[in-house]
Amino acid sequence: MALCLRGSLCLCGEMISRTLHHRDTEISPRHRRSLINLGLSLFLVLIVFSLASAQKKSSCIECHIRLDDPRLSAPAKLFDNDIHKSRGLSCNDCHGGDPNADTKEAAKDPSKGYLGKPKTLDIPAYCGKCHSDANLMKRFNPSLRVDQEREYYTSVHGKLLKEKNETRVATCISCHSVHGIRTPTDPLSSVYPSNVATTCAKFHASADYMKPFGIPSDQFDKYQTSVHAKALYDKQDLSAPTCNDCHGNHGATPPGIASVANVCGQCHGRQAELFQTSPHKKAFDEKQLAECITCHSNHAILKPNDQMIGTQQGALCINCHSSGDKGFAAAGMMRSRIDELIASIDKSTAILKDAEEKGMEVSKPKFELKGATDALTHARVLIHSSSTAEVDKVVGPGLDVASKGYQAGLAALGERRFRREGLIVSLVFILFLALLVYFKIRQIESRQTSNTGSTS
Amino acid sequence: MRIASITNWLDERLSISTLAAVAQKKEVPRHRHSIWYYFGGMTLFLFAVQVVTGILLLLYYRPSAENAFESVQFIITEVKFGWLIRSIHSWSANLMIATLFIHMFSVFFLRAYYPPREITWVSGAFLLIIVICFGFSGYLLPWNKLAFFATKVGTEIAGVVPIVGRPILRFLRGGDDVTGATLTRFFGFHVAVLPATATVFIAIHVALVQLHGMHVPQKYEHNYQRMKFFPNFIMRDLIGWILAIGVLAALAALFPWELGEKADAFAPAPAGIKPEWYFLFMFQTLKWIPAKILGLDGEVLGIMAFNVIALLLFIVPFIDRDPENRRRHLIFNICGVFALLFIVVMTIVGYVTK
Repeated sequence: MALCLRGSLCLCGEMISRTLHHRDTEISPRHRRSLINLGLSLFLVLIVFSLASAQKKSSCIECHIRLDDPRLSAPAKLFDNDIHKSRGLSCNDCHGGDPNADTKEAAKDPSKGYLGKPKTLDIPAYCGKCHSDANLMKRFNPSLRVDQEREYYTSVHGKLLKEKNETRVATCISCHSVHGIRTPTDPLSSVYPSNVATTCAKFHASADYMKPFGIPSDQFDKYQTSVHAKALYDKQDLSAPTCNDCHGNHGATPPGIASVANVCGQCHGRQAELFQTSPHKKAFDEKQLAECITCHSNHAILKPNDQMIGTQQGALCINCHSSGDKGFAAAGMMRSRIDELIASIDKSTAILKDAEEKGMEVSKPKFELKGATDALTHARVLIHSSSTAEVDKVVGPGLDVASKGYQAGLAALGERRFRREGLIVSLVFILFLALLVYFKIRQIESRQTSNTGSTS
Repeated sequence: MRIASITNWLDERLSISTLAAVAQKKEVPRHRHSIWYYFGGMTLFLFAVQVVTGILLLLYYRPSAENAFESVQFIITEVKFGWLIRSIHSWSANLMIATLFIHMFSVFFLRAYYPPREITWVSGAFLLIIVICFGFSGYLLPWNKLAFFATKVGTEIAGVVPIVGRPILRFLRGGDDVTGATLTRFFGFHVAVLPATATVFIAIHVALVQLHGMHVPQKYEHNYQRMKFFPNFIMRDLIGWILAIGVLAALAALFPWELGEKADAFAPAPAGIKPEWYFLFMFQTLKWIPAKILGLDGEVLGIMAFNVIALLLFIVPFIDRDPENRRRHLIFNICGVFALLFIVVMTIVGYVTK
């Protein structure tokens, strides 16, 4: 910094002297004085600016970073990457005390507001001092919510902490870490979407830790097998749900039977809407069954497949329905219609592929066949209405599209046959023509030979 | 009676009888290597096929990035015999380049460029460049994925040439990237600039062949027969052309030219992308050439070397002009054989390697 400042001064001085020298013959002494004054003013501005931009002193960091005990030195080291530091905050902004003091006693003087390390019970309020203050937070991040603390006390964690003084529950620092806090959009943050499940699993996957609370510890293992985890980890789809998307983050609570459909419906809106209008809604409510998870499970949500519906062994419908009831018939009917559409699509795809491999241009019917695949996807969604009529509304047009694809494949293969047959006829004609010309040449040349004795 | 009066009327104005008399008198040498005479005519015939099928394709083709692919798709699938016209156009283009190469090498090895046929050779060399430009510009017109990236790579290679490379690249592409502007530009080259230029050079080339007659190799100079150009030679040509139509029909019916997927500038380049076979030997050479040769960029040196070889091609008849100079004769034969082997081997290697 000093070198830089000195450099700027030298450069500035040299420039002024050069200007003065250059203008000697043109500028009056009065103007020269004005120029010197201007130069000096610029110096002062530069010095003030340099001092203002110099780093604030923090005796807390200076001392703690040199301590041998890692418990005491770690905060100073970690703080370097903390979002709070990057926003100009320092140790005393949370812990109080005097960071300008040169001795430990003076720096940690309670009369200077030194608070020290907060107790677990006080942590939410400790963070909430700033994070619940809308006016204060606007200065740093106007878009950041300020209800985290209030929400936290609605969570299972917050309730246990507040009502039962249970200090083993998660508080702010359990998820966000401490002294090395990063924004949730930072891939290194413990609350970045792809890190959330691991962060929760630190405690929730520990059977010993969870034992006193009487809750299972297999959620993380189950989640890892789910379609959601595959989307998040394998496809790097950050919009795929992780723990907090269903349970909430600051207000983390297991969704109740009545509200689980609303949670899933955040993303699977159409399915949730159809379920609400289906006969299942009333039946599930009466039997106190959690809506979506009864068929799809909760943490280990696998990719749905057509085997889940129907009346055959392994289908989910037969868990409640049995032969002779209306639901059983509907399940069987919906499954058979979907199977019919799949078979039709497969048949069309196969014939178009065959035609394509044989060199025929079938990209247009192949594209149009996507309409049948779309209908299949739609039909799979419509089974949530439990209405065969609704499923039929899309399966019918889907079958028509697939049938057109098949016809296009047949036509392409027919066209190929026609081309080959046409080729044989054409080649016969072409060879005949060539032979005709050949014999004509021979005839002409034999005539020429007989006339002249040679073809020359 | 009426036909005779029409013929007379035309003869008075066009001197048809004079032309017919010249044609009747015109003769073609007949010896062991006469077969090579037919490749020039075959190339010209295939060019005529290109013109006819090209005009038919123009009835439906739409030269824009939005419509080009769809219009070719329409030609192939909806237009009656559109698939045949399009496939014949593509196959004929390739066969034409092949016969042109055969014609060029036969002329080279038989020394048909000896005085006074130097300008015939030079006009032929110009035609070779024009035909290659036809191939390069036409390849992009269906606006499919392969053509898009091949054009990208091809124009990038042109852009590597020092000093003039960048302006050439921008001129060819109509900007910094291959876009709809490139397609429109290539279409203009393909259907206007190149046909006009080709017509001029074909006219010069054919006129000079008629003026100087067919060249007779030195070995047969005093020992060859003659045949009448009309009808003996031209009817033999006709057999070749009729058979060529058969070959084109068979290729079009059995191996229809693929359309592929529509070009997408944002899609990644297909793996193992290669140019058309007639550029493959150059492509493979540039792939194998070391990155640095004597501190200079290997790719730039390779491209410059091809440019120098192209230039040498033009001046061949001005270097080798003495039929009695046996030593030069040998050197040229060795160079010719080496060039031929190089092209064949590198094309095969380029074809089989990934």
